[in-house]
Amino acid sequence: MAIEVDMMKKVPVREQDPKVRATNFDEVCLGYNAEEAQAESTRCLNCKNPKCVQGCPVSINIPAFIQQIKGGDFKGAYETISESSSLPAVCGRVCPQETQCEGKCIRGIKGEPVSIGKLERFTADWAKANGVKPSAPAVKNGHKVAVIGAGPSGLTCAGDLAKMGYDVTIFEALHKAGGVLAYGIPEFRLPKDRVVEKEIDNVKGLGVKIETDVVIGKSTTIDELMDKEGYEAVFIGSGAGLPRFMNIPGETALGVFSANEYLTRNNLMKAYRDDYYTPIHKGKKVIVVGGGNVAMDAARTALRLGAEVHIVYRRSEEELPARREEVHHAKEEGIVFNLLTNPVEIIEDEETGWVKAVKLIRMELGEPDASGRRRPVEIPGSEYVMDCDTVIMALGTSPNPLISSTTKGLEVNKRQCIVADEATGQTSREGVFAGGDAVTGAATVILAMGAGKDAAKAIDEYIRSKNS
Amino acid sequence: MYRILSAEKLNAVIYRMVVEAPRVAEHCLPGQFIIVRADEEGERIPLTICDYDRKAGTITIVFQPIGNSTKRLAEFKTGDYFMDFVGPLGKPSDLVNTPIEELKKRHIVFIAGGVGTAPVYCQVKWLHEHGVTADVIIGCKTHDILIMEDEFKKVCNLYVTTDDGSYQRKGMVTVCLQDLIEKEGKHYDWCVAIGPMIMMKFVCKLTAQYGIHTVVSMNPIMVDGTGMCGACRLLVDGQVKFACVDGPEFDGHKVDFDSAMQRMRMYKTEEGRAILAEQEGDTHHGGCGYCGGDK
Ligand SMILES: Cc1cc2nc3c(=O)[nH]c(=O)nc-3n(C[C@H](O)[C@H](O)[C@H](O)COP(=O)(O)OP(=O)(O)OC[C@H]3O[C@@H](n4cnc5c(N)ncnc54)[C@H](O)[C@@H]3O)c2cc1C
Ligand SMILES: Cc1cc2nc3c(=O)[nH]c(=O)nc-3n(C[C@H](O)[C@H](O)[C@H](O)COP(=O)(O)OP(=O)(O)OC[C@H]3O[C@@H](n4cnc5c(N)ncnc54)[C@H](O)[C@@H]3O)c2cc1C
Ligand code: SF4
Ligand code: SF4
Ligand code: FES
Repeated sequence: MAIEVDMMKKVPVREQDPKVRATNFDEVCLGYNAEEAQAESTRCLNCKNPKCVQGCPVSINIPAFIQQIKGGDFKGAYETISESSSLPAVCGRVCPQETQCEGKCIRGIKGEPVSIGKLERFTADWAKANGVKPSAPAVKNGHKVAVIGAGPSGLTCAGDLAKMGYDVTIFEALHKAGGVLAYGIPEFRLPKDRVVEKEIDNVKGLGVKIETDVVIGKSTTIDELMDKEGYEAVFIGSGAGLPRFMNIPGETALGVFSANEYLTRNNLMKAYRDDYYTPIHKGKKVIVVGGGNVAMDAARTALRLGAEVHIVYRRSEEELPARREEVHHAKEEGIVFNLLTNPVEIIEDEETGWVKAVKLIRMELGEPDASGRRRPVEIPGSEYVMDCDTVIMALGTSPNPLISSTTKGLEVNKRQCIVADEATGQTSREGVFAGGDAVTGAATVILAMGAGKDAAKAIDEYIRSKNS
Repeated sequence: MYRILSAEKLNAVIYRMVVEAPRVAEHCLPGQFIIVRADEEGERIPLTICDYDRKAGTITIVFQPIGNSTKRLAEFKTGDYFMDFVGPLGKPSDLVNTPIEELKKRHIVFIAGGVGTAPVYCQVKWLHEHGVTADVIIGCKTHDILIMEDEFKKVCNLYVTTDDGSYQRKGMVTVCLQDLIEKEGKHYDWCVAIGPMIMMKFVCKLTAQYGIHTVVSMNPIMVDGTGMCGACRLLVDGQVKFACVDGPEFDGHKVDFDSAMQRMRMYKTEEGRAILAEQEGDTHHGGCGYCGGDK
């Protein structure tokens, strides 16, 4: 039975029922099947001057792969995407498409844009299911490059360099590769075994070695990698993992967590599963402070662990920085949004030391601030108290100073971000390149990948010019 | 994977293992710690480095099983492998960054309690190798749980005190320190205390009275050990510090022990609670009221 396509609307994607999924960690979105993908692909106008490609930070040839899907050449579609991206199964799932590729799509002017993300995801999942892998690396050229951090930027940079013939080793501080994909983004949005590990296996398949449990700056340093271990260049993709707190009274109370701790326990350390030892505080009523992807992920995780969950965000709905789809899903699942509200104090039970409530204040939007968004200002006298037993702070993160403080001549700015050339990733130190969240501060998977890609090219040029 | 070159029991409850971890052994210094994960399902457990051999590429850990994960560690035998072993984490002890001439002028006393005895050894041995001899007080409940006595005797002036008087001196470590100062003419200007939080808290109270600078090694709950999760945060001089990157050693006179002890109880298990209660004695029941209802 052919699917009837309304040219103004995306072919709907199958999702788990909100009531059911609120109690499990299985993936929310089930993705397109071949028939649905082909139906959706007919909506693409195959534009001569495809705006969508401009919206994609790694410039995937979007019309080309969509035409291949249309023609049933899924393998070809995968190869087209692989020319530009090494983690399509991830990006198809987590890119904020509404502000990137799909945000620019011509179809979006009058109706809904083409569902580029879902088509990309379909292609990558199809390749996985059918054992199609990115093409094998070129002949080894004998030059060694070290990559720090196995997040999207590091994996991309390493994969690209391996394809050019470099001998690449990634050093990762945690016991698992993936960066935020492994410890931050939850299973229900990005399955670990089925998607993340498979993508990492593909990178390893290109010949990249990954050494986990190595904290650069502690277990060894960039200087030693270059001087003693013979690495000719280094790419730093160490992310922005340092959590921020609000510095309000009561923040050291029991039951107050950073989103990083909460998510790491649950994702990396699998606290939600009975076969792992990791403890987690489930909570009955949880308040999550923040409005980004991290806040949505923490909130939806707490919900799945059985809590009633409230998001507290100081601006309004329009400014919520999270992906639209996540906000929509969170609401469907029953998470309560307290917008234009900000905590001023965490109230702890004097006897137990556990948090028992949060004092909140209402906000209104004033003049635009440096970010161009209207600045939230407190409404005097509007404080009120909300009971809770858990508070999760999802206020954003900044780069960890471990590397910058142990590497000679590596310049950082006042936000602790590594200073690097935007086009090449070149840092203030010769032979050392950087990209991703470590340079930009917390951003997106695809931007981090784009930076890794650019740096791979620059590293290749650097090593060639040095050896010629 | 990280091979266990030797696994032995030091007393009824404390285990010592030597683990092959060349990157850690090459870079570690006294005062730092590692994080070990036994197997895929295991937690990440922070343990202080108790000795290291740069040539052999090994690290010695000493631990006391208290909950599920440390019990799991204790089941490992010589020749087995740990899944993960990462470090060195945290900052090295202040002592190793102090010029030797300066150290030689100092009058240093170490105070060790329980499983904290092992990390003290690492520092004392380092000092001895650099020509500095410190006094060390080891406190334990009874003689049969005293560990590493012979090793210590070789590298310091050792004083042992037992709660029940079953060996050498009798009484808490604080009594011993007081006696050394008041009755035996000792003078100290630098103290390092490592052991249960409650011991460190009371040592700090005492040394504050004598005006002795005191360093403590904090062991809050940790996850990553690299500054990423904030689980290890402590109040030091009213400021929030992350023990894994800003510590684990801090100026003991500035640490808020009460809130630190409270935070330790966050993920308490039945067994852990029992051991914590035993180690911290009556003072554990500081009216937190939490003991009854968390399971
Ligand atoms: C909960 C959460 C949800 C998110 N959701 C989305 C989303 O839906 N869509 C989206 O596009 N983006 C999302 N993001 C942002 C996105 O994940 C990041 O922008 C992206 O992962 C950055 O990639 P990276 O490679 O720069 O760093 P990371 O992914 O942070 O990886 C850095 C890696 O380096 C390692 N490392 C750090 N220091 C050292 C060291 N000293 N030595 C060795 N290794 C080190 C870290 O352990 C880590 O594995 C989310 C982020 C979080 C936290
Ligand atoms: C920097 C650092 C260095 C450490 N060094 C050592 C060491 O050298 N040897 C060693 O044996 N342990 C050391 N510890 C403590 C050790 O990490 C814990 O005992 C271990 O994590 C408990 O894990 P578990 O799963 O077995 O117990 P869990 O079931 O997780 O915990 C049981 C209970 O014990 C409490 N607890 C946690 N830590 C301690 C502690 N140190 N003392 C008493 N109760 C505690 C917990 O709050 C919990 O309530 C160190 C901790 C840190 C942070
Ligand atoms: S990588 Fe992201 S931005 Fe690029 S096409 Fe895919 S979903 Fe769109
Ligand atoms: S802009 Fe939209 S319609 Fe045009 S090629 Fe891109 S996806 Fe297709
Ligand atoms: S253990 Fe995670 S920040 Fe210290």
